[in-house]
Amino acid sequence: MTSTRPIISCRDLTRVYRMGDQEVRALDGVSLDIHEGEFVAIMGPSGSGKSSLMNLIGALDRPTSGEMWINGRALSEMNRDELADLRNETLGFVFQQFNLLARQDAFQNVRLPLRYARKDVGDIDARARACLEMVGLGTRMDHRPMQLSGGQQQRVAIARALSNYPKILLADEPTGALDSKTTVEIMHLMQELNKQGITVVVITHENEVAAYAKRQIHFLDGKIESDTAHPELQAANIQTLNGGRA
Amino acid sequence: MKYGVAISSATEALFSNPMRSLLTMLGIIIGVASVMVMMSIGEGAKAAIEKQINSVGTNVLTLQPGNMNRGGRNQGGGSGRPFSESDVTAVADLPFVEAASGILSGQANAVSEEANWVTTIQGGSASFFQVNNWKVDEGREFTEQEAQGGAAVVVIGKTAATNLFPDGNVIGQRIRVNGVPVEVIGILESKGQGGGPGMGQDRDDTLVGPLSMVRNRITGGNRWVSRHVSRIQVLVQEGYDVAEAQDEATTVMRERRRIEPGQQDNFMVVNFADMIKQRAAVAETMSTLLAFTAAVSLIVGGVGVMNIMLVSVTERTREIGLRMAIGARGGDILLQFLFEAIALCTLGGLIGMAIGWVGVFGYAQISSAPMVVSPIIVATALGAAASVGLIFGFFPARRAAQLDPIQALRYD
Repeated sequence: MTSTRPIISCRDLTRVYRMGDQEVRALDGVSLDIHEGEFVAIMGPSGSGKSSLMNLIGALDRPTSGEMWINGRALSEMNRDELADLRNETLGFVFQQFNLLARQDAFQNVRLPLRYARKDVGDIDARARACLEMVGLGTRMDHRPMQLSGGQQQRVAIARALSNYPKILLADEPTGALDSKTTVEIMHLMQELNKQGITVVVITHENEVAAYAKRQIHFLDGKIESDTAHPELQAANIQTLNGGRA
Repeated sequence: MKYGVAISSATEALFSNPMRSLLTMLGIIIGVASVMVMMSIGEGAKAAIEKQINSVGTNVLTLQPGNMNRGGRNQGGGSGRPFSESDVTAVADLPFVEAASGILSGQANAVSEEANWVTTIQGGSASFFQVNNWKVDEGREFTEQEAQGGAAVVVIGKTAATNLFPDGNVIGQRIRVNGVPVEVIGILESKGQGGGPGMGQDRDDTLVGPLSMVRNRITGGNRWVSRHVSRIQVLVQEGYDVAEAQDEATTVMRERRRIEPGQQDNFMVVNFADMIKQRAAVAETMSTLLAFTAAVSLIVGGVGVMNIMLVSVTERTREIGLRMAIGARGGDILLQFLFEAIALCTLGGLIGMAIGWVGVFGYAQISSAPMVVSPIIVATALGAAASVGLIFGFFPARRAAQLDPIQALRYD
């Protein structure tokens, strides 16, 4: 499944925030390769740098030093507009707080990335409908976020992230605001999408969530503490999870 | 730029909080309404003045007797020694004169079979119609022969016609003017409010007859001047400098009235078109000033729009961050907020125009002041509103566009 060329590649990334007189090294020399088709969980306590890394991979922020490549392109050589296009065409975001536009219904929310697309994306409405059906919300397209449950809202957010055929799905604590039953549903959905070939990177501090990933990267104090593949652990954890619930 | 998403997002924001949008627009509404009313008044005044100039003619000189000072007291306009018909002939002989007519005017008590009407009567030569640039609408002018012979005929103005003959049958009717029976042979075209002698009066409220008939039978002669006229109207030839003609006519008349060098004229040679133009310049300055005042209120409205747009950008920081995260470029965000500001102002402009329109017609009703709403005024008012949106919306929109995606997304 893993191809030779990494889809995400980081070399010696540092990110320093200035808070008053103090400097905070959120990331301290991180090098990392993620290949196409991987399902990676990034874990660690708060302040360990996992969110900072996510922001950098998501092309939302620029590193203080170091270099990174997404889909073969060096981010340091791209301007604001090119980064926006990269986010639009290559990346899909899922946030803890869903970040849906409250005044728009599910269908309109899902359509939004396609409307900002600069390449030809075909029939926007048909694609938005297909994405909502894919996440099981085909019958609730005209519901506004307020009229949907948390899990449903996160499904809309996932449909939105998928709408423009992303190569990478970035999820920042996607289940942080959901109950455990819905968490399972959402993580199954992510697993499904990963099987279809989308590279998934999930930030989480919950072991149950991380258990769905094939690879777990632990952060501590801005550095990678461990980077392990866990195919068998994953299977074991799902059994305990389901067993505990049944 | 992705115009579709920018426009739909902007409109949506506009209507999501209608009360706030309306209050924000208020300044623009008032500004546009006042720009429109001011411009309409200005345009109306300009149109009225143009009409007056046309009705007088730009190359017409009017000679009037001056004010008589008797015992150090000014006796008022036209109280000086009147001109006579020989003065008219002398002026008419000047090389630049196309046509000239002595005019004698007086009060007239006209009685038709249907009505009584107090009006004015003017006696003139057959060239009266030419020098006054006044055509007959119905019927005919009196002829040179009739003028010479003192025929008992009159041509009457529109106002006099409607008042004397409510039935509308005018031509060939007999009326008595100060007791003298005369035949109505024609109706003059309407001139409206006068810009010439007797400015501001209804020029259509008059009777016009042959000079000798009017003097001999209706107004009566003058004790000191035989064959007198109230004024002389001169049509200057096309292409001849009117100011120069004015000087030459003055020289001739000074000689004829034996005015010593250094002594003041006891008559006036007036070019009414010039006077009107001077008045027009004053009116122009006035309406420019008023339009400027209106423009200031538009600017104040614009500042209000900018203020609300800045609030709106702050309120929607997270939304902006989200849009950026899913691929909106800075330009897309800029466009969205710019459209919102422009739409806000244009909508305000439309409402303001509707109110302005009502104001214009309301004002025209009560003041009888001529007002004109031209496409240029509409375009200017709307264009001004949209420009205010563009100018005052730009700063907030740029601020939104330059937000850092991650900071915007994490903003709370």
